[in-house]
Amino acid sequence: MELKEKLLDFHLAFEEQSEVNQTIQSYRSKALRIFEKKGFPTKKVEAWKYTSLAPLVNKDYALFPRNDSGIELKDVKPYFLYEIDTYKVVFIDGVYSPFLSDTTHDGLDVCLLSAALSKKKYKSTIDKYFNKAAIKDESLTSLNTAFAKEGAYIYIPRNKVSEKPIEIIHFSSGEQNSLWLQPRNLIVVEENAQVQIIERHQSLRKHNIVTNVVTEIFAHKDSLVDYYKIQNDLNSASLIDNTYIVQEKNSHVSVHTFSFGGKLVRNNLNYFHKGQNIMSTLKGLTILKGKQHVDHNTLVSHSMPNCESHQDYKGIYSEQSKGVFNGKIYVDKIAQKTNAFQQNNNILIDDKATINSKPQLEIFADDVKCSHGCTIGQLDEETLFYLRSRGIPRKEAKALLTYAFANNILQSVQINVLKKRINGQIAEKLGVNLGFDL
Amino acid sequence: MLTIENLHAAVDGNLILKGVDLDVKVGEVHAIMGPNGSGKSTLSSVIAGNEIYEMTKGNILLNGEDINEFDAEERAHKGIFMSFQYPVEIPGVSVTNFIKTAINSSRKAQGLEDMPANEMLKKIRQKAELLEIDTKFLSRSLNEGFSGGEKKRNEIFQMAMLEPKLSILDETDSGLDIDALKIVANGVNKLRNKDNAVIIITHYQRLLNYISPDFVHVLHNGKIVKSGTKDLAHELEAKGYDWIKQESN
Repeated sequence: MELKEKLLDFHLAFEEQSEVNQTIQSYRSKALRIFEKKGFPTKKVEAWKYTSLAPLVNKDYALFPRNDSGIELKDVKPYFLYEIDTYKVVFIDGVYSPFLSDTTHDGLDVCLLSAALSKKKYKSTIDKYFNKAAIKDESLTSLNTAFAKEGAYIYIPRNKVSEKPIEIIHFSSGEQNSLWLQPRNLIVVEENAQVQIIERHQSLRKHNIVTNVVTEIFAHKDSLVDYYKIQNDLNSASLIDNTYIVQEKNSHVSVHTFSFGGKLVRNNLNYFHKGQNIMSTLKGLTILKGKQHVDHNTLVSHSMPNCESHQDYKGIYSEQSKGVFNGKIYVDKIAQKTNAFQQNNNILIDDKATINSKPQLEIFADDVKCSHGCTIGQLDEETLFYLRSRGIPRKEAKALLTYAFANNILQSVQINVLKKRINGQIAEKLGVNLGFDL
Repeated sequence: MLTIENLHAAVDGNLILKGVDLDVKVGEVHAIMGPNGSGKSTLSSVIAGNEIYEMTKGNILLNGEDINEFDAEERAHKGIFMSFQYPVEIPGVSVTNFIKTAINSSRKAQGLEDMPANEMLKKIRQKAELLEIDTKFLSRSLNEGFSGGEKKRNEIFQMAMLEPKLSILDETDSGLDIDALKIVANGVNKLRNKDNAVIIITHYQRLLNYISPDFVHVLHNGKIVKSGTKDLAHELEAKGYDWIKQESN
C-alpha cells in the first residue's frame, strides 16, 4: 500500500485512541482532507523543485510509536546540554519519556502537548493558539495536523524570563526498522517574557526514520525568543521541519539552524509579523558531506511597517552533498520602512557538491531597505598562500579557512555551552584541530 | 644563506622580474628599495613560494639547496618567513591557535611531535613579553578588526614564534604611524641575530632609520640596478628615484 493511503487509513484508528475536544478533532479531519487532496509534494511544485521526497515516500513505515525502547540515560546523555541546568521534554520513538525529561509548571509551563490538548485548564490557550500559525493549505503541515497529538507545550507567562533553557529532544531508538513520526510543538511567549529553546531530533541507531514536525511559536509584545535547531542526525534519518512564527510588536525571535547531518532535511521556516518594530533573525550553518541533502526554505512576511529581518545562511558542501536555499521576503504595501536583509554564502569543496540558491523578493512598499546577496565559491588562493607561508599545508589551510567562514554564524549563539559544543562539532566536521585557548 | 641567480618571474604572462641576482649571508640585513611597480612585492612573493607567480628562469638557493620546486609550506618549513603587507583576517581562529597550528605543522614536517601545550604557552608568553604584546591580544581572532599597527605587530609576533632563518618584511612600514613603526622595528631588532637574516622590502627609507641594513639594493624595472650601504637609502630619500631610473635607462 502506498504511504499516503496507509496514512489515510490509519487516521481512523488514530482518532479512536486519542481523546481530545471537538475543535481539535475538526482541525484534524480538515487537515486530513487537505492532505488527501494534495498528497506529498512532488518536484513539479516550485517550492520542491530541488528536493525530492520520492525516496522517502516510496517506503513503508510504522506509524504507531512503540513504548519499549529500554534507552538509558547513559545512551543519550551526550545529546543533552548536561553541563548546565535545563528543562527537558524528551521523547523516544514519539513517546514521552518521563525519566529523561525535566518538566515544570512552576511559574511557566514546560510539558506535553498531549496533556495540554486533553486537560481543561489549558483549553483556552489551546483554543487561542493551536493550529493558528500553521499554514492551512500546506500538505505536509496538514499531514502533521491530522495526526497532531504529542510534542512539547511551552507557555511563558507575562514578564517571565525562563532562567533555564528548554531542550526539546526527539530520540529514535531504532527498535522499529522504519518509523514515521509527526511531533507537534506549541510555544507561547507572553508579553515581555523571554525564553531560550533548543530542539533536536536524534537517531540512536541506524534505521529508516522520517520526522515531519510542526512547531508553532507565538511571540507577544516585547518578548524575546531565542531558538536553536541542532540537526546532526545519522545518515539514515530524515527530517521535515515546519516552523511557523507569529510576532507581535517589539518582539525579537531568532532562529539558528545548524544542519550538519541527516539524509534529507527540509526546513520550512516562516515568520509572520503582527505589529511594528519587530526584529526577526534567521541564521543557518550547513556543513554536509557524502550524499546528504539539506533544503532551507524561508519566508519572512513583512506585513507591518518599521520591522526588521536579518537572514544569514552559510553552507559548506563536500563530496556529493546537496544544498538548497530558497529565501522569500514578502513586503506588503503598508509595510513601509521595512529593513530586510538576506545573505546566503556557500563554499563548494568538491566538484560533485551542489547548491541551488534562490532569493525571492516580493516588495510592494516603496520606502524600504531590502537587500540580498548570494555567493558560491571556492577558497581564495591568495588567502591560502598566507596560511601556507606560515607552514600550514594546503589541506589544513583550507580546513582552517572553511572553519573561519563558518564561524561567524556561531557568534550570535547566546548559550555558551551550546556555542562551545557546536564549535567543536564544526571543527570536527571540517577536520580542524582546535587547540587550547590562552 | 639565500642566493638568487638570474631570477625571472611572470604573472599572467607579464614578465615582472627580469634577472635578479642577490646574495644574503647569515647575520645580514638587506633592504630592497624601489619605485612603485619595480617588482619588489613580486620578489618577496616568489621567494616565499606564491604560485600565482611563475618562475620562468633562474635559481633560488637556500643554504645551497635549490628550492625552486618547493611549495610555500615547504619553504616555511625550511625557515623562510614572509611578513605580509596585507595580512589575512581569520575570524574565529585566535592568534594563539593560529600560531600553534603553524608551529606544529612545521614540527610535523620535520618528523617531530606536537609541541607540548605548556611549552607552547611558555614560548608564547616569552615572545609576547619580548615584543611588549598584551596576552589579551593573543586570544583575539587573527587580524579581525586589528588596526594596521596591530596587524604588523602580529606579523612580527608570528616571526618571533616561528624563529625563521630568513625573514622577508614586505612593506611592513606601509600604513603605520611613527609610534607603530618604532614598535615594529624594535621587535625586528630584538629578533635579528648572527644566525638569521632579514630582507626588508620598502618604498621609503624611514623604516631603515630604525632597522639598520648592511646593504641596500635598488630594484627598478625587474632588476637590481644599484647596490650599496645604508648611505644609498639616504641618498634615495633626498633625491627620489628619478636619477636611478635615468641612470639605468
